[in-house]
Amino acid sequence: MIRYLLPATVFVVLVVFLAVGLNRDPTRVPSPLIDKPAPTFALPLLKNPDQTLTHRDLQGEVSLINVWASWCGGCYEEHPILVALARSHQVPIYGLNYKDQRAKAMEWLEEYGDPYAAIAFDENGRVAIDWGVYGAPETFVVDRQGIIRYKHIGPLTAEVVQDTILPLVSRLQDG
Amino acid sequence: MIPEIGQFALSIALCLALLQGVMPLAGAQLGRSDWMAVAQPAARGQFLFVVIAFGCLTYAFIVHDFTVLYVWQNSNTALPLHYRISAVWGGHEGSLLLWALVLTAWTFAVTLFSRSLPAEFRARVIAVMGLVSIGMLLFMLATSNPFERVFPAPAEGRDLNPLLQDPGLVVHPPMLYMGYVGMSVAFAFAIAALLGGHLDAAWARWSRPWVTAAWVFLTIGIMLGSWWAYHELGWGGWWFWDPVENASFMPWLVGTALIHSLAVTEKRGAFKNWTVLLAILAFSLSLLGTFLVRSGVLVSVHAFANDPARGIYILMFLTVVVGGSLLLYAWRAPRVGSGGTFEPISRETALLVNNILLVVAAATILLGTLYPLFLDALGLGKISVGPPYFAAVFVPLMLPLVFLIGVGPLARWKQARIGELAYRLRFVLIAAIALGMLVPLTVAGMNTILVAVGITLGAWATISAIVNLAAYVQRAHRPWPRALAGIPRGIYGMTCAHLGIGVFIVGVTLTSAFEVERELRMAPGDATELAGFAFQFHGVRQVEGPNYMARQGRFEVTREGEAVATLRPEKRIYRVQTSPMTDAAIDSSFFRDLYVALGEPLDRGAWGVRLYYKPFVQWLWLGPLMMALGGLLAASDRRYRVTARQHAGLRGDAASVPTSTAPSPGGA
Repeated sequence: MIRYLLPATVFVVLVVFLAVGLNRDPTRVPSPLIDKPAPTFALPLLKNPDQTLTHRDLQGEVSLINVWASWCGGCYEEHPILVALARSHQVPIYGLNYKDQRAKAMEWLEEYGDPYAAIAFDENGRVAIDWGVYGAPETFVVDRQGIIRYKHIGPLTAEVVQDTILPLVSRLQDG
Repeated sequence: MIPEIGQFALSIALCLALLQGVMPLAGAQLGRSDWMAVAQPAARGQFLFVVIAFGCLTYAFIVHDFTVLYVWQNSNTALPLHYRISAVWGGHEGSLLLWALVLTAWTFAVTLFSRSLPAEFRARVIAVMGLVSIGMLLFMLATSNPFERVFPAPAEGRDLNPLLQDPGLVVHPPMLYMGYVGMSVAFAFAIAALLGGHLDAAWARWSRPWVTAAWVFLTIGIMLGSWWAYHELGWGGWWFWDPVENASFMPWLVGTALIHSLAVTEKRGAFKNWTVLLAILAFSLSLLGTFLVRSGVLVSVHAFANDPARGIYILMFLTVVVGGSLLLYAWRAPRVGSGGTFEPISRETALLVNNILLVVAAATILLGTLYPLFLDALGLGKISVGPPYFAAVFVPLMLPLVFLIGVGPLARWKQARIGELAYRLRFVLIAAIALGMLVPLTVAGMNTILVAVGITLGAWATISAIVNLAAYVQRAHRPWPRALAGIPRGIYGMTCAHLGIGVFIVGVTLTSAFEVERELRMAPGDATELAGFAFQFHGVRQVEGPNYMARQGRFEVTREGEAVATLRPEKRIYRVQTSPMTDAAIDSSFFRDLYVALGEPLDRGAWGVRLYYKPFVQWLWLGPLMMALGGLLAASDRRYRVTARQHAGLRGDAASVPTSTAPSPGGA
């Protein structure tokens, strides 16, 4: 009898693990860059290729870095939220335009509004690789010392902005 | 209105499933034939109503009824008709409906082809399938209603996931589900046998064609999935050990073991407990596969919506079905007895080792698939288990298994002699090793140990399958044309399937060893050479599909100045779901594929381009097709049909299977 109970026993153990696993989100991979200085970069601006945006421009002030592209559906989804956030002037938003075409990106901003303080144009995605970006949109919170404090993968939602990002930003601004 | 009819039909189907699951089971227990008689009409009625529900959803897709939430999420007015129909199972809710449809279709088939079974047994089989169906229909109605409405109606749908807009994906899920869910028949037979206490050779004989039929579908389903990945993912791979692929491969491995162990149980009455356990496991793994895909506990390329409530439901369903049947097994199996005895060197032993290897292979894949989940649950961090693990554990298990393909069919039941086997197989071994040495030299001009081993194994499987068939001809003591005609289809099926394994192994070996890959930047007018083929790039132009824009490249391929093919790979952007998709262009032939995929656009009209030369890659799909054909031949062997016709008796049956020394089981 004991011998024949073995398959059922193994199965019970399996079910326990599956039940625990259900309550965890396997896609949440903690970024190794959290609490590390933002990777160095120097990229031409989207609107003015003669000027550059570098990691040093991010220091001195708490800021958001938003990775986006005109081909990206999720960016379209989160865009109104970014525009509203920019209007509230709580925190500057820098854009990292990712694997895009300059003309299309400009057109896109004209049509839907431009929430960005400045936009770096990362045509071949090289800088995005350093930042550990695996798809647009992604949003980073960088503190005054230029250290990455938070990363959100996927489109921003009103809840994420209200409950996570803004509280964090005001904590960093006060601290 | 139509969606409401669909939903109503589902509710009626659920009621019928309840009837079908409860009444016949109680009837069989209490010996009431009137209750048992409910099984057949309830099952057929349930099938009818699920068909109606499925038809309603399909109709909603065809006429763009975006008031149905599921249609809105998975369709679009620009989506071509054939993709609108396949979109019915392109998302979570619809694929559950397909699951239910397939289950009721199998049950319907059982009601058609099981008239010869004892009434009690038949009632129990149909009832068990009804119980499974209750779980699925409840799941759908409670958490995943495909007919949910959205008001006001959106003007335009969000379109089908572009990854799924591929001919391979039109047929892949139905085939896979036919296989997955088809295992429920063997499962129901096993549970019915455990309940009734009649685990005998007759039970094995009844189960065999059903298991084989489900296995055929599963084989084709997996093959199509691999073919799709090769075409659509754009980097030339054909198997990724992705959790969802593994989820379909595990039931296949256990199903393969089950096919072989059923042979022993039928012919020799041995392995009964083991066989019944395998039947339970094969379906359990199918359910587990459904759970893994539908609950989102694992990261996979197959992105489906994750909803914890659904996950919890399927987990409970899984617990009840699998846990219940394993407890039933623990309760009933000790009384079954072990059946015929056999010596260490015998066909039984060969098949036992075959079973152990296949089940261990499935277990290692299960472990690798769930390992990240285990670690995460124990708080030990996030890891992912990749192809290196699977290759390292899976391949070594397959080596002895392929060796057994040659030995097993030639070994006698009960007791075989090593000397005789060695004598029969000596030339096969020599020929296989010689081919392993020589073929790679002629194909690619070089050889390595891995390639030599691979080709030797492939040749071994192929040649020994033919030698084994020849042995049947020899034993018939008749002129060979009549002897060939006298060999039962089951034997042809086995030969064909084993040949398919040989073909597959040769394909895997040569493709992985001798494929040539190049990633480079090409501007219009540039030419490059790969494995003796010249590829000239003629630039990219815009083309417009029904629901996408594409940039289509043109490559002229020549060999020694002669035109070979024009390849037009595309980079597509679907209008609604704007992620870019790669559509590789492939020129296939029996001995090689030429594969071109567009990467990223670079400056001045130049593109990143990936070129592959893949020798023998089509054999990867030819092999499984041969296996499936073999299964089809075996499942249609006339002795099953003879058994099905109650009074046809077993004349000539045992005689035409020379290896069968067991007394023929009673047909009915």
